[in-house]
Amino acid sequence: MNENADPADIFRQESAELLELLEQALLDLERSPDDHDLIDTAFRALHTIKGSGAMFGFEQVAAFTHEFESAFDRIRKGEAAPDPELIAIALNAKDFIRSQIERPEETDAVIGVCILADLRKLFADAQARAPIETPPAGAAEPPGKPAAKLTTWRLTFRFNKDVLVNGSNPLLLLDELRGLGDCRVTVHCDRVPPLAEMEPDACYLEWEAVLAMAHPRSAIDDVFMFVADDMELKVEAVEAAASAVAAPQADAPIAEATVAAKETAAPLPQTAAPPAPAHPDHAGGTPETAAKRAGGAETSTIRVPAERLDEMMDRVGELVIAQARLTQLASAGGGTKGVAEEIERLTSALRDAMMGIRMVPIGSLFGRFRRLVHDLSRDLGKEMDLTTAGEETELDKTMIERLADPLVHIIRNAADHGLEDAETRIAAGKPAAGRISLVARHAGAEVLISVSEDGRGLDAKRIRAKAEENGLIAPDAVLSDAELHQLIFQPGFSTAKEVSALSGRGVGLDVVKRTIEGMRGSIDLATDPGKGTEITLRLPLTLAIIEGLLVRVADARYAIPLTAVEECVELSEADSTRSKGRSFLNIRGDLVPFLRLRELFDEPGEPDSHQKVVIVAAADTRVGLVVDQIIGSHQTVIKSLSKLHADVPSFSGATILGDGAVALILDVPHLIALGQARETRMQSSTPEFA
Amino acid sequence: MAEVEESSRQVLMLGLAGEMFALDARQVREILDPIPVTRVPGAQPYVSSVLNVRGKVIPLADLRVRFGMPPATITPDTRFIVLEIDLADEPTTIGIVADKVYEVTDLDTSTLQKAPPIGMRWRPEFIAAIAKWKDEFIIVPNMKQILN
Repeated sequence: MNENADPADIFRQESAELLELLEQALLDLERSPDDHDLIDTAFRALHTIKGSGAMFGFEQVAAFTHEFESAFDRIRKGEAAPDPELIAIALNAKDFIRSQIERPEETDAVIGVCILADLRKLFADAQARAPIETPPAGAAEPPGKPAAKLTTWRLTFRFNKDVLVNGSNPLLLLDELRGLGDCRVTVHCDRVPPLAEMEPDACYLEWEAVLAMAHPRSAIDDVFMFVADDMELKVEAVEAAASAVAAPQADAPIAEATVAAKETAAPLPQTAAPPAPAHPDHAGGTPETAAKRAGGAETSTIRVPAERLDEMMDRVGELVIAQARLTQLASAGGGTKGVAEEIERLTSALRDAMMGIRMVPIGSLFGRFRRLVHDLSRDLGKEMDLTTAGEETELDKTMIERLADPLVHIIRNAADHGLEDAETRIAAGKPAAGRISLVARHAGAEVLISVSEDGRGLDAKRIRAKAEENGLIAPDAVLSDAELHQLIFQPGFSTAKEVSALSGRGVGLDVVKRTIEGMRGSIDLATDPGKGTEITLRLPLTLAIIEGLLVRVADARYAIPLTAVEECVELSEADSTRSKGRSFLNIRGDLVPFLRLRELFDEPGEPDSHQKVVIVAAADTRVGLVVDQIIGSHQTVIKSLSKLHADVPSFSGATILGDGAVALILDVPHLIALGQARETRMQSSTPEFA
Repeated sequence: MAEVEESSRQVLMLGLAGEMFALDARQVREILDPIPVTRVPGAQPYVSSVLNVRGKVIPLADLRVRFGMPPATITPDTRFIVLEIDLADEPTTIGIVADKVYEVTDLDTSTLQKAPPIGMRWRPEFIAAIAKWKDEFIIVPNMKQILN
């Protein structure tokens, strides 16, 4: 794969992932500054960016990252503590690296200089305070670090034959190794073939080195980081016994060495830049966490270009259509039935597998919002915490991308309008720090994503005043609180008293609503004055294929999303005749309004004698749809309608049937709203009905 | 709309309500015999249906209705012409109904003139130009405007 890919692009993709990792590590570090795993993760990410940046010609990136990395090295060595100030600088630096990589021509190098100046200043300050601060930080230092305790390591390593072709220079690596401490290197020429068979650009040599150094073992791995996939490396600790009593961890290096050697020897999955093997080089790293990290790295290396997924999705769509046609043929002829069933099984398996590929956990999206909330907290001067749950909830990849902007809007609104400032909160008996929580979960065939905060809640009076001012509602309009709350999703609505950089321009929530509805989703809003607001996005699991119920109205066929269908009943003669003017069905004691699709769709002619009602539901409201015939279930590959039909609200899309004809897909939420509106009209016109 | 300065342009000639129309051949994807269409209840009358063209669901426009004439009736000569045009900067595939399709020919662009503001039974904003071909006047429709 990727035989023609631009190496610079690979670097960009990779560094984007690494920067993401770095950002997460930094944000976590703010909460738990003593976690050495996090410091190491950040350091490794930086180191890899520096190395591959230099390799792919991003010299400026490499130079800047180098300085930044040195700073982190000091944290790693326990010479500095990752305090919030340092993390703020580090986050800026991370943003700077990203823009250097993605938009080098627009990036002003001065920003980098400023960041580095901040960094140096911070360290200078820290040094001044050092006598007090160093001891606690030193306690968490990696074992074997103190200069007095030199550890001697024996390294045996050889590279793959093509290491030179790939651009690595073993001599430089040896030099780097020598830089770590006292090092004696012996070369073995056993594998060098006779001259006639020798390839001039192949590397046949093996080395053995005895290295006495004060650095932890990971320093060795760092040297070989970029060639780890193309080499065999064995590291053993010599003279470990000497300090075994003094430092209980000192025998660990041997165990680690075998683990690391195994890792390097095992055929690693193809990765452009090898993730550094987990180094349990500090007291906190248990084998379990190391294994977990290695496992995580493996799953994250599967990278499929989005276009290919889309293309495959199209193919599956076609297959589903062909299968439907075959089923139809088979039911007419009979002979092909077995094959048809087999294909049906295959198709649905293929569909499910394909859907599975497209599903990604929403956690990747949630991760971004931690930074958003961190920045919002700083910019708005309000303390706030973000808690997330349900990161493992999976959603169609394209939906995750489309959800990013709406969620940013909602979270900004929550932080800016929802949460009060600290004084108001304390006065109201709440903790000073606001809480925003982001929760995703599956509910049937829907995914619910809710953003809630414990702020002031929506103020129906203020919304009303604002809506009247903007002319959205008439001054004397009678609206329930729920209806008033829905107004915040209207274009041009904003109650912010002052416009901040973040929100208050009145663009946002209406766009959110449109985007969500464009994904066949809906928005629920719950608010409790003084206690907070919760906005819940309800989304279908996938955008591409749904199970549909095929019905016939006059001569036309329509598909109804099966997830919305509650039940099908016969429209009794009594219900039918009684309903002149008022259309209600009695479903086990509940009155359910119904719509005659023949009337709604202007179909001329007499309806069939035994009409059926399909009861559909969305968000706890139900409506019956009267059809002439229920044909059966149908695998519905959703095709969108063109712009020319954007003004037709009754249909959310179209699908192609087995015979090649097009069937429209009914937009259930719209039809329910229509049924509800009719019900309200009836009730207000016939008051005795209630 | 800036027209490319060429001395001649390839166009598809079609008949509609007794008049000759010329469509830029570069927009034409394919010409189909009439196939069953699906009515879209509630849609604008001139795009009242959709059809399946190779797995894509595309709208079918009846220009006659847009020009205020009774809708087309299907005859043995009727064809559906599949076009790809930019609607609001998005390439959109649509079908239009033609009473008859004649030929693809070169149209001498020097004969193109602006539509006269009066004396036309067609709405002038729907017409990009009038051209002369084999001593006959033909209409170059402004599809973007028609489908707007």
